[in-house]
Amino acid sequence: MSKTISEINEKIKEGKAVVVTAEEVIDLVERDGYKKTAETVDVVTTGTFGPMCSSGMFVNFGHSKPPIKMTKVTLNDVPAYAGLAAVDAYIGATELSLKRGMEYGGAHVIEDFIAGKDILLQAESYGTDCYPRKEITTKVNKDNVNQIFLFNPRNCYQNYAAATNSTNKTIYTYMGTLLPNYGNVTYSTSGELSPLLNDPEFRTIGIGTRLFLGGGVGYVAWEGTQHNPDQAKSENGLPVAGAGTLSLIGDIRGMSTEFIRAGVFQKYGITLYVGVGIPIPILDEEMLAKTAIKNKDIYTRIVDKSGKVDLDILVNYEELRSGQISLFGKKVSTAPLTSLYKSRIIAEKLKGWILNGSFLLTEKVCDLPAHNKVNTLEVRG
Amino acid sequence: MKKIKITFEFPPNSIKQPLTYRLIKDFDLMLNILSADVSLNRTGRLTMDMQGEEDMLEAALDWVKKQGISFKIFEKEVIWNEDKCIHCGACTAVCPSGALSLDNETWKLTFDREKCLICELCIQTCPLGVMGLNGDNASLDT
Repeated sequence: MSKTISEINEKIKEGKAVVVTAEEVIDLVERDGYKKTAETVDVVTTGTFGPMCSSGMFVNFGHSKPPIKMTKVTLNDVPAYAGLAAVDAYIGATELSLKRGMEYGGAHVIEDFIAGKDILLQAESYGTDCYPRKEITTKVNKDNVNQIFLFNPRNCYQNYAAATNSTNKTIYTYMGTLLPNYGNVTYSTSGELSPLLNDPEFRTIGIGTRLFLGGGVGYVAWEGTQHNPDQAKSENGLPVAGAGTLSLIGDIRGMSTEFIRAGVFQKYGITLYVGVGIPIPILDEEMLAKTAIKNKDIYTRIVDKSGKVDLDILVNYEELRSGQISLFGKKVSTAPLTSLYKSRIIAEKLKGWILNGSFLLTEKVCDLPAHNKVNTLEVRG
Repeated sequence: MKKIKITFEFPPNSIKQPLTYRLIKDFDLMLNILSADVSLNRTGRLTMDMQGEEDMLEAALDWVKKQGISFKIFEKEVIWNEDKCIHCGACTAVCPSGALSLDNETWKLTFDREKCLICELCIQTCPLGVMGLNGDNASLDT
């Protein structure tokens, strides 16, 4: 038996849809089997809340009197890119404050906008006949600007390599603090709850897919940068390191600081914790089987972040989540960087939206690439 | 009754006394060893909670000094701003004593202050800046 997305949407509107999270579906399959569960369940919700550096925000400030064609823009002393039309700018999550360095940056500006705070806008210009003003200093917030939306080039990595450190010194990375001599292992996905691991071939997730983004509603805008569907896979077809990615877009005004947070990785830099949840329509038994994957079936590589040693070690998420794995005969503690607690809340929240009829599923407008070559940057003279 | 958290530092090969035995027997102290790194020909470190009557604690520390053992009493404690915590677990990657850990049912962070060695690694590591030091826990002079 198979279902279409529009049939599922009709059930959602009638309040009859059966929606479970990607964790709950595992228990249902164990109890009732694939066939029966595929008939009963209409939607499986996923969730993740992790550091996603490739994130940022567009904002249009509106025109002042007299008007200015902004060329240099800072928001709370954090530079924003203004090489666009007169009062459009883009602020990237990892940009550092000119005055406070790594303590405050683009991600904090984004979080402060979402919190409704006033943000100091300073802009300069060379002045033109139509835009005579040469500088402006004022305060803006999410209610007095025009459009303000997150536009994240790369979010939601489908799996990610776990990190460790082979050297005899502590190293500070975007995978957290890694202790000397393989002193710890960090990992960053929500495993069986992770959106793209529940639809590994992008059968239902594509351009246009409506989703939970930062507490509000967002959409898949494009394939994410470095989208790598050709990543090595284990026997069950799941990638064993970073693979597919998504570019996401969504209105800042619907978001909450509960699901968008700025973070600082010591001696590395600033990042944005982004909460994403994607609904997977259970079209048939095959789709259901994909969503029923368990942590013990999802493997990832362990990578030496010092770059000194090529490790060839695979580990599954059940092992990583146990808090300890064995590495070269030694017990090593493991720690996540993705909040599993918040990932679960996101999957539950999205489930609630669908159950109360406020969130309908979408047909993708276009497929994500099934193959893609990831280039390296060569230094050419 | 008073409880302090303390680290003793032993010079290499100079300890003639069974330290913990004397502290318990002579000064009626309750000891909870949190971490110990003691080996031959090297400076040793022992961190523990010591609980007992205030005058006994003072007398015990006087006696310890006379044995040529130096010590540091923790006057601060690590504080966790739970309301702002996202429970990611980055701090658990560096916590040496297991004071910070994730509950594997709820995946929420738990902080067992008893086990905390006040090494402050979590304070620097926490991406959200929700770990800090609180300095109002001053106790006996060293």
